[in-house]
Amino acid sequence: MRLSAYVSGLGVLGPGFANWPEAEAVLTGRQPYRSAPAVLPMPAMLAAAERRRTGRVVKLALAIAQEATAHAGVDPQTLVSVFSSSGGDGQNCHELCLALSLAGREVSPTRFANSVHNAAAGYWSIGTGAMTESNVLCAFDASFTAGLLEALTQVAVDEAPILLVAYDSEYPQPLHAKRPIPDAFGVALVLTPQRRETSVAKVDAALTDLSYDRLTDPALEALRSECPAARSLPLLELLAQRRGGSAILEYLDVSRLEVRTEPCP
Amino acid sequence: MKPLMLKAFTASSCLGKGVAATWSSLLEQRSGLSLCEFETVDIVTHIGEVTGVDAVQLPEHLRKFDCRNNRLAELALLQDGFYAAVQAAAERWGRRRMGVFLGTSTAGILQTELAYRKRDPVSGALPPSFEYGTTHNSFSVADYIRQRCSLQGPAVAVSSACASSAKVFGSARRMIEAGLIDAALVGGVDSLCLTTLYGFRSLQLSSTAPCRPFDVARDGISIGEAAAFALLERVPDPLDDAAVLLLGIGESSDAYHMSAPHPEGLGARLAMQSALAAAALEPGDIDYINLHGTGTPSNDRSESQAVTSVFGPTTPCSSTKGATGHTLGAAGALEAVISALSLEHGLMPGGVNTTHIDPTLTAHYIKDNRRAPIRRVLSNSFGFGGTNCSLILGRAG
Repeated sequence: MRLSAYVSGLGVLGPGFANWPEAEAVLTGRQPYRSAPAVLPMPAMLAAAERRRTGRVVKLALAIAQEATAHAGVDPQTLVSVFSSSGGDGQNCHELCLALSLAGREVSPTRFANSVHNAAAGYWSIGTGAMTESNVLCAFDASFTAGLLEALTQVAVDEAPILLVAYDSEYPQPLHAKRPIPDAFGVALVLTPQRRETSVAKVDAALTDLSYDRLTDPALEALRSECPAARSLPLLELLAQRRGGSAILEYLDVSRLEVRTEPCP
Repeated sequence: MKPLMLKAFTASSCLGKGVAATWSSLLEQRSGLSLCEFETVDIVTHIGEVTGVDAVQLPEHLRKFDCRNNRLAELALLQDGFYAAVQAAAERWGRRRMGVFLGTSTAGILQTELAYRKRDPVSGALPPSFEYGTTHNSFSVADYIRQRCSLQGPAVAVSSACASSAKVFGSARRMIEAGLIDAALVGGVDSLCLTTLYGFRSLQLSSTAPCRPFDVARDGISIGEAAAFALLERVPDPLDDAAVLLLGIGESSDAYHMSAPHPEGLGARLAMQSALAAAALEPGDIDYINLHGTGTPSNDRSESQAVTSVFGPTTPCSSTKGATGHTLGAAGALEAVISALSLEHGLMPGGVNTTHIDPTLTAHYIKDNRRAPIRRVLSNSFGFGGTNCSLILGRAG
């Protein structure tokens, strides 16, 4: 069975891209790719008390989720969601492990509450008021593909629109040496069972053993291979170029996900 | 939803290794909680520790996964013939047609906590022997089990705090229904670590005494560890009357607070109602509710309100966390297994440690074991971030 849905909204943020239009300009070749540290906006959707508590990974997830839902023109409260990330908030994790390694072991209650892998999903629900279900996943480097597979399955089985948010950010040292993610990168897709006015393309996906796609631009290929959520770039390239084709995304060991696109005219 | 069958299941917690030991502890109303002597932890609290985890050895070719969490997974995998049942299913369906969906909240983070104590005094670097991806990362336990069982289908870790291993049933259900896989290894594995022991204390959510869910004097959780697995398949024809089925799943979010439940239990209510709708059942069809029942003042208050708003004040319910402790990311799967055992044995486990039920809690909490024909059980799991999941399990006949 192939799983299909319409990509009806996109959000992207990462080194050198502030949003989907900027990513589109690069991925269509209209602009050269220039890497620059990712700039993460403060999440306006949260009350001041909550906003102060959010780390980089939550800021990233909320920014791209908001961009994708605004692009799709859908009310976030109506969407079920899949949040998928390789790691949680790296800085927060580091601070907790550091505190636990020191005498006294004074752990900040806010840091502990924020250490859950579903922190971004929780803040999204609080910020938007969405009481719908949210599935929060991790598949290490395959987290984007696992999230896409989960989201497409849910669209197919439950026939409801869904928000997929895949995001990662860097760990500080000393964890950085063990998990060298260079910067924050995230992508959000609103996937709908029916075509909408905002739909960019119809996608359908199936597991395959074919070898996965790389990007021709070395800087973009470095981004793809270093940031787990940037494993999405071969698909984003097809979507940006409004091109029908197939993107083969890395998944687990020899298993890949082939995503075919059919642009919406 | 289309029901699924629990073809096999197993659980290991402080109550014992495997379902026989688990069930005999519940029958005796024995708590597995004990005063915390874990690692170098210097706080006064009770924990549900699984004995013998440190002695478990992972197979040679999977040594890079070595950490307490994966040792606990290995220990549990070998109980009750579960590994053999997985292999039999893999032979039948094909290794690519079997998915792995495991819940965890902290995975092997203990490994990182220990590594931080051994940082290089000059460079600050972590020891060379420390492996991040196969221990600390949330996916490590799903990856370990996938490789250990030589499965080649989709695999993912679900990490939504204390609802994680209830929600795995939802992910598996959808993939089976979509036809991507024919069987799913689902479950949850969470092990003791300093992050949760010190973290819950910092939020003043853990008790010094063994936890007392629904007690008037309840004052917090006792942290436990567990690994519980189930093998899910489509319902066969013919179907054995004694088979345990997954009949419904309901999920929701509170949209309220990161570490406190909605005061009226609104999200919990939505999850229970949506599980009933998925199972096409009425509240009166549920014979027993295995509560989330953590023993914090706020959880039990909001859950009791939510339960009463859906079921009224008469449906018997209890929390088994007085016996097992709160096993966090493993709680959903552990309590699904306990619910399956309740169905098989026709017995509702009474909540242990609770002496005086809080009179302001209107749900019908039972302290003593109760024998009764049980056809359907609802099990609740809620987590930080306001994530909620309710499962409905039932007997086939």
